[in-house]
Amino acid sequence: MLINVLEAVVSVLLIVLAFLALSSKSLIKSVMYLSGLSMLSVLAFVLMKAPDVALTEAVIGSGLVTSLFVFTLLATRKVGQKQ
Amino acid sequence: MKKFLAIVFVLALGGLILKHLNENALFQGFGDAILEDRVSNAYIDRDVNGEQGEVIFGESSNLESGAANTVTAIVADYRSFDTLGEVTVLFVSSLGVALLLGHSKRRIGLEFKPNFMLKIGSRALFAIILMTGVYVVIHGHLTPGGGFPGGVMIASSMLLLYLADDEFRAKMRGFKVLESAMGVLYIALGLVGLFISGVFLENFLDNGTIGSLFSAGMIPLVYTIIGLKVGSEISSVIDHFLSEEGV
Repeated sequence: MLINVLEAVVSVLLIVLAFLALSSKSLIKSVMYLSGLSMLSVLAFVLMKAPDVALTEAVIGSGLVTSLFVFTLLATRKVGQKQ
Repeated sequence: MKKFLAIVFVLALGGLILKHLNENALFQGFGDAILEDRVSNAYIDRDVNGEQGEVIFGESSNLESGAANTVTAIVADYRSFDTLGEVTVLFVSSLGVALLLGHSKRRIGLEFKPNFMLKIGSRALFAIILMTGVYVVIHGHLTPGGGFPGGVMIASSMLLLYLADDEFRAKMRGFKVLESAMGVLYIALGLVGLFISGVFLENFLDNGTIGSLFSAGMIPLVYTIIGLKVGSEISSVIDHFLSEEGV
């Protein structure tokens, strides 16, 4: 019963976070929402009894990809901004 | 208006998918499927040839595939050739990055200077993440995980070093040698299996007791090779991403 409620909450939050990541105006906020989406999908995979996929998602989705995005955002500048 | 239309479209598409999943005879309800008829059951029982009895964790020995983790049994034993293909895909993408960005020498400078706390703290975290990666790789046949996630963990510990120190450059030459050596070793293991048992990538070592660390024959070897290869590949991709053209 509790698991069912948790599953429902996680699925709704996943959709909300995906929508926020798409519609957010600031790029860094968008990346953070995407990272949160990955973390929650780890929980969803564990609830669906797929720990292998959950581990891969945790490492790649919320670790590597997020840090690469953040790195890229740190390394790029707006047009016209001084060095 | 645009957002409203998008939400309506997504809801309609989701409703369509749910409706057709419910009507489809191939997708039975939970508990209705007869598991004995499915191929996956043969993999879970390690009983593809129909010679084994029930599998008991910690007791059964010399099964068809000795890995306690069923996913590993499929990925690194029954379907090891597919894994060789996956490793090749990763190798080709790393090669593409190296072709596009390989001639850039200088490291990209960051907008901020890392302070003392960040430097020391990420060095401590580096060791922990690296050890977790090695653990996941070595225990690939017992616990969830294995060569691919473990290798990426090793690579993300390298990424942390890049974040902490804006002067840091890994010595990429060692990684390239490691990656090539591991690729060759994987093929060599497959060829040894071909000569001993007559099938490419056949598990030719003793399977041992299911659930113990030194078991499952070739699978820990294969996963160690894959872990080191993936780790060095992703590390070199990260290094290429974080370098820019110029002297």
